[in-house]
Amino acid sequence: MDYFIELLFSGLTRGSIYALIALGYTMVYGIIGLINFAHGEIYMIGAFTAFIVATVLSIYGFPLLAIVIIAGIAAVVWASSYGYTIEKIAYKPLRHAPRLSPLISAIGMSIFLQNYILLAQTSDFLRFPRLIPDFAFMEPIAHIIGSTDLVILVTTVVVMVALTFIIKFTLIGKAMRATSQDRTMAMLVGINVNWVISATFIIGSGLAAIGGLLIASHIGQINFYIGFLAGIKAFTAAVLGGIGSIPGAVLGSLILGLTESFATGYVSSDYEDVFAFSLLVLILIFKPSGLLGKATNQKV
Amino acid sequence: MKFTVSGKILSTAACVMLALSAPALGVAADTIKFGIAGPHSGDLAPYGLPSVSAAKLVIDKVNANGGIKGKKIEILQEDDVCKPEISTNTATKLVSSGVQVVLGHICSGATIAAMPIYKDAGILVMSPSATSDELTSSGKYPNFFRTIAPNALQSPAMIDFAINKLGKKKIAIIHDKGDYGKPLAEGAKLHVEKTGKGQVVLFEGITPGAPDYSAIVQKIKEAGAEVVVFGGYHPEASKIVSIMNKKRLGIKFVSDDGVNGDAFIKLAGEDAEGVYATGPQDTSANPLALKAKEEHKKAYNSDPGMFFDGAYAATVVMLNAIEKSGSTKLEDLKKVLQADKVDTPVGAINFDAKGDAVGLGYSMYVVEKGKYIVVK
Amino acid sequence: MDVFKELKKGVLLSLWFVFLTFPVMVIKVDHIARTVTWRWENALYMAVGTFFIYFVVQLFRKKQENRKEGQDSKEPSLSIIHRILLHRSQRNVLLAFIAVVAILFPQFLSIYQTNVMTTALMYVVLGLGLNIVVGLAGLLDLGFVAFYAVGAYTYALLNLHFGLGFWTVLPLGGLLAATFGILLGFPVLRLRGDYLAIVTLGFGEIIRLVLENWGEFSKGPSGISGISRPSFFGVEMSLESSIIYIYYLMVLLVIFTIFVVNRLQDSRLGRAWIALREDEIACQAMGVDKRKTKLVAFSLGAFWAGIMGVVFAAKTTFVNPASFTFLESAIILAIVVLGGMGSIVGVLFGALILILMPEYLRALSQYRMLAFGAILVCMMVFRPQGLIANIRRTYTFKKKTPNSLAK
Repeated sequence: MDYFIELLFSGLTRGSIYALIALGYTMVYGIIGLINFAHGEIYMIGAFTAFIVATVLSIYGFPLLAIVIIAGIAAVVWASSYGYTIEKIAYKPLRHAPRLSPLISAIGMSIFLQNYILLAQTSDFLRFPRLIPDFAFMEPIAHIIGSTDLVILVTTVVVMVALTFIIKFTLIGKAMRATSQDRTMAMLVGINVNWVISATFIIGSGLAAIGGLLIASHIGQINFYIGFLAGIKAFTAAVLGGIGSIPGAVLGSLILGLTESFATGYVSSDYEDVFAFSLLVLILIFKPSGLLGKATNQKV
Repeated sequence: MKFTVSGKILSTAACVMLALSAPALGVAADTIKFGIAGPHSGDLAPYGLPSVSAAKLVIDKVNANGGIKGKKIEILQEDDVCKPEISTNTATKLVSSGVQVVLGHICSGATIAAMPIYKDAGILVMSPSATSDELTSSGKYPNFFRTIAPNALQSPAMIDFAINKLGKKKIAIIHDKGDYGKPLAEGAKLHVEKTGKGQVVLFEGITPGAPDYSAIVQKIKEAGAEVVVFGGYHPEASKIVSIMNKKRLGIKFVSDDGVNGDAFIKLAGEDAEGVYATGPQDTSANPLALKAKEEHKKAYNSDPGMFFDGAYAATVVMLNAIEKSGSTKLEDLKKVLQADKVDTPVGAINFDAKGDAVGLGYSMYVVEKGKYIVVK
Repeated sequence: MDVFKELKKGVLLSLWFVFLTFPVMVIKVDHIARTVTWRWENALYMAVGTFFIYFVVQLFRKKQENRKEGQDSKEPSLSIIHRILLHRSQRNVLLAFIAVVAILFPQFLSIYQTNVMTTALMYVVLGLGLNIVVGLAGLLDLGFVAFYAVGAYTYALLNLHFGLGFWTVLPLGGLLAATFGILLGFPVLRLRGDYLAIVTLGFGEIIRLVLENWGEFSKGPSGISGISRPSFFGVEMSLESSIIYIYYLMVLLVIFTIFVVNRLQDSRLGRAWIALREDEIACQAMGVDKRKTKLVAFSLGAFWAGIMGVVFAAKTTFVNPASFTFLESAIILAIVVLGGMGSIVGVLFGALILILMPEYLRALSQYRMLAFGAILVCMMVFRPQGLIANIRRTYTFKKKTPNSLAK
């Protein structure tokens, strides 16, 4: 039973890690229907910014709490700026291009950003400082869930609730929903669609940066390549849950994380990814638009 | 003015970095062409670039002293990104541009793919890092040499240490599914079964680059392992060790020479304490190794990286062979390589008929106070 | 006035990029030695670089706009290639020229060049194969490399265990890959668009992982080495002649593939694919069997990948799972899209550019992948329809009245 609970929490942690990245994916997809392959790279850049800022601050002797806050803010600011700029450079000119063009552009952007960080910083793996200390009250259950894991879990839930709130009740959220349903109509009723898309990228990238900070702190290392793999998994999770749906992204991520964890625990980690992808295929066979995705009937 | 930036304008700057690069290649006439092949870009670049700087340090020194018999040495550097399909192109390119000896390749897979091409051209190849048994023991590649001991010696070293020195019987063997880690792990498993002294309670591969390894760590605990033997590279090792500490497992971690090195300690920080890793025989007392390290520090203002010593040694022995034999023909070079013991950063080495360096083996190291020290 | 505005924009843009790249370009920390290096000169380079490139692009755009205004808007502009291809005698001259170059290539250039060209030709065929699935049938496949792997391992394993030769396995590899294409096709028939994309991506990963983990079957990550090169009626060859031989073989295969794909495009099946790509529902309403058409597209695309896999294994004489990663699929897809979806000439150019470029950019070594990414983005931004867009088949319906309607 203990083993089951341990695996359960391993799965939940992994799932929340995916979720923090998947949320950005799903938001962008929901608005402009683009698989933003560079999203994983934004997450990576967020983590790098946090790493650089945190190291500089710690060298200048700032206290831990200040480091966490400032590094977090810096990561979010820069990642959002990157997200905004990437959209303007690589996607906006392609809004009316054939559907696959922005996808290739995104793949190109992803390769570019990886190598940009590789050249500007380093190709080595770097040790990411532990920004979240071990909480004393967590010690009895430390073998099940660590304090960083707990923070990740809580953050995921908070972020999901906040996003849902933003999208349901705020003005920008309404504009987003309108844009996602029908871009032309949204423009006609006076929504500045360009601005809405930019806002989506900014929010999504900011989330990725928070993810980057927490995940890097969890695994304790960063490298220019971390975004790619995490991005693919997060994308899988978003599709599993129904791409374009916020709760779907979280649900899909958790299911994916749990599947991988239990597959490792009870079968073999050799085939961990095989299980993950097979599950995806199975779910999509029965629910072709993901778990919480809306089945759209095509109009002719 | 409102700060609005149109897409096409911004798109320009994507190419900014391109403008900053300009290659400069000088071509000299009568030279000895020294090829260097390995991953020089991409995610595996940290394994390949130190070899380049090692070779450059040695060759610059030789060139400054007038070269070998009046001939300067020219470096031809080619990237294979550790991919077999690219490495055959790399090898063909080096061969057709007339290299006489090659330092490389770095990854075993890329080396195996490239070897037939060098073999046909009769070119001496020496790798500082490719440990695959096939390269030497199969006898297929008479032109291949290496300054690192083969896997066949490494797996038993890890297991014997875990069983005899640490006194642990229940062993969990984990690998990274790669062409370096998995054969090592399989060799380790075979060795456990052969000696019959221990028991493999878990044998599994992990996915490199995954964001979290807590499930596999829980499984290690559940299997009742007393020691973990890991085949793979330092990033994964660091992640596993750190999670093992977070989960308060408190069991020993024994790994291979992909984990041995400052890179691992820098990465794992305090989690590195108490980790065992096999490594090339102790060179810390070797004055040549210290000197090489100093030279690197002076030239690049940083500590040398992976396989630096081996690459330095390989360059030294190859140049020595060229000088002694006065030729670059494979047969002549081979004679010198096999007969002549040369002092290098990895020790005084010559080579056996298969191409492995004589006397190179593995020692066990442990991390203590942020440094790898030899376990006596 | 205008110049001033432009200048101001350029300066603002430069400042923005300096800000954007500040943490990664300017600061370099060493967390072990606890030192910070401020590389202010990089900020300066960044500013100057951005400013310069901004004006280059502005000039480029001005030129393009001027050209557009000068053109007759009614005439659809054709690329030079298409114009030559439409013109019979010019086309013959071009084809003859290409044939001469292709035949003489290995005679005048080094083995290395020939080897690189062979790789590029392999990607031409891979691109043409994927073009059937993505370009014609409009099914986004991100796991195409799986079929490539199937072909490569078919040859590697049959050669290892049974000593079968290249020529025997060549069709077998293709057929086995086609079978896998159908296997993948079945479960994903209902999916469309991006759901299809992720499932195919997953499929590609599954094949690679199985090859990696099932050591008894595939020798795992160490791969299989010592695969025989193709023989010429039983004659063994030296490395050099073998490379040239594979080169000519690839030239023939490319010609064969182009011939087949071209015929397919104009066939009943090809039209069904295009119809399916344009509108699934309308297509079904017209009585096209959606299931069969999609499956055939998948298996035919996979067939070419399988054949190329066999050639790949024979050429490198070594296969391991690391050669069949997602990046490979992405590159093949990039070839198709960069060249122009559905266009054979486009795929040809796309493959030659994308494969030869990184090879010759090697002098730039570490900047090569950066350039590759940047060029992909720039290409898409400035020419989203691809280098050589496909000409859509148009039927001109002439009314008897003087004003002719072009549709």
